[in-house]
Amino acid sequence: MAGQVAIGSRSGLRSALPLLLPAYLWLTVAIFLPLSAMVFFSFMTELPLSGKAWSFTLDNYTAFLSQGLYPTLLLASLRLGLEVTLWCVVVGYPAAYVLAKVLKGRSREAIFLLVILPFWSNGLVRIFSWAMVLREGGILDTALNAVLPIKINIDLMYSYPAVIIGLVHSYVPYMVLTCYLTLQAIDGSLIEAGRSLGASRLQVLKRIVIPLSMPGLVAGAALIFVPVVGSFMEPRILGGRTGTFYGTVIEDQFVAVFNWPLGAALSFILLAVVLVILAVASPILRRAA
Amino acid sequence: MRMPALTALLTATAVFTFALAFAAEADEVHVLNWKGYGADEPWAIAVFEKATGNKVVNDFFNSEQEMLTKLRTNPGLYDVVMINAAFNDQAMAEKLIQPIDVSKIPNYADISPDKSGSPMLDHDGKVYGVPWVWGLTALAINEKSFDTPPTSITEMWNEAHKGRVVIRDDAVEAIQFGAIATGQNINDIKDMDAVKAKLTSLMPQIKTFWSSENDWNQMVASNQIDIGTYWSGSADRAKTHFKLPVSLVIPQEGAVAWLDAFSIPAGSKNVAGAQAFINYMIDPTFYVEWVTKVGAPVSANTKAVAALPEDAFNRKVMGDPAVAKRIQFQAPITDAQREKYLALWQELKVNVK
Repeated sequence: MAGQVAIGSRSGLRSALPLLLPAYLWLTVAIFLPLSAMVFFSFMTELPLSGKAWSFTLDNYTAFLSQGLYPTLLLASLRLGLEVTLWCVVVGYPAAYVLAKVLKGRSREAIFLLVILPFWSNGLVRIFSWAMVLREGGILDTALNAVLPIKINIDLMYSYPAVIIGLVHSYVPYMVLTCYLTLQAIDGSLIEAGRSLGASRLQVLKRIVIPLSMPGLVAGAALIFVPVVGSFMEPRILGGRTGTFYGTVIEDQFVAVFNWPLGAALSFILLAVVLVILAVASPILRRAA
Repeated sequence: MRMPALTALLTATAVFTFALAFAAEADEVHVLNWKGYGADEPWAIAVFEKATGNKVVNDFFNSEQEMLTKLRTNPGLYDVVMINAAFNDQAMAEKLIQPIDVSKIPNYADISPDKSGSPMLDHDGKVYGVPWVWGLTALAINEKSFDTPPTSITEMWNEAHKGRVVIRDDAVEAIQFGAIATGQNINDIKDMDAVKAKLTSLMPQIKTFWSSENDWNQMVASNQIDIGTYWSGSADRAKTHFKLPVSLVIPQEGAVAWLDAFSIPAGSKNVAGAQAFINYMIDPTFYVEWVTKVGAPVSANTKAVAALPEDAFNRKVMGDPAVAKRIQFQAPITDAQREKYLALWQELKVNVK
């Protein structure tokens, strides 16, 4: 019997290989190879494509420290990442709770659809629709002035809040989905037990619901924080004068001056900083989770 | 059994592709240019193909750097490439383009001598670029915000327009604009600190940094801006094609001028076709139709400009000798300069926050 199981599991691995192969091949070809090429580029003085002589250098990495603007921008981007993550929690967690614990059947499906709808639309389309809503004389401005007795002037376009709004809209589904999964898994009888033993709704939330759904919150936060720190499309289009972030200067290096080595070095510094933050935060988060 | 079948299939495909490539290459003209910039107009291609029997295959780039990379990585693929005169030097030095036999291009004789004689296009007595069109990076205004159009570049700094001024998100353009505002030569900026100070004081005025024609036109259409840097051809297009209240201002302090030219890449397989295509692109018939149907910059061909109506913008305003005196043509910029400009521009944008 035991022998049969062993054979079964070995042949299981063998039969699993063809299933795993496409994914690993894809990861190797599409992600690992280009990424290693980028690591290589980041230590070069010139791109070999340009036909000029090149050599190895650390200048691209020291440029980060020698020019004050990169650390400043990195801090600004980290702040942006924190703020967007926070707003995603504020907006997404209650929605996930209602989805998981209050709504049932059809209405749950309908709301769920609304939550993941942003995923189905193109990112640029989403941002440009926000541009129509937020600008002076735009949809928000016109609608509020039609309802309110006093004349107010709303022009959020080309500002920091516009960037936050655009990014939160793009990323809040991640928070809703991850939190929904953990919230749904909480046994309803735990909450009932807490209530019947005299805990208030707030106490139940603080002592039972939030601790048990912490893994979802943490996963959602990590999923949102990392891409937001490197975002460049939303800041560039919605941020206007205030839309310069770490992601946009990396984009400039690749697109505007064709300085791939510096762009690559700046990207890997960002990657390193984000990894350090996640590493430092992980014991705290693990304890919390 | 399966492997040989696959090999056979692959071989067949390869042979077929090769055959196709050889059959096609004889009379195909591969053109590399900005998208939507004259050479890919379907009506123009139809006329050219009918007249010469060549087939036009368009490819596009989004930046001069991308254009150079495409030439480097695809030797022999392209027959015609559109290069901003400021980049011609670099392309020639890297042996990406070849000398052009202008005797095969009849319309070349009608190009204004100051353009065809440009030292940016002619090297060692050989022609490496045929001037096509030129234009300005000047100012444009929202006509609703002005009773009389301003004449000075200082209008950008006027407190009355605070938060309603735009400038393009491009380091080289911004720095050269600063050079003009501080009365300097755009190709030899001596006092970079003055440029920096001038641009720093402009930042609080700025609403946003535009990057495409569409950005500019949308902001004017929704009356969000008063004034900003703009391209002459785009301002013309906004007014005539999109009927927007936009007019171009060429400030008394001057404006940045650029010249676009056609070159033939080294290793072109259809030089005769390339010459015919370039000749057609600088032909008055094509130009007049391009201006009327779409809107275009100013042709380098004097006969083409003369074929426009008397009051056409490209003839009346851009052809004004007083304008010619105060514009400065962009000269080549080294990679080091470009990176320095970008660093300065990024610093300015960061400090504004």
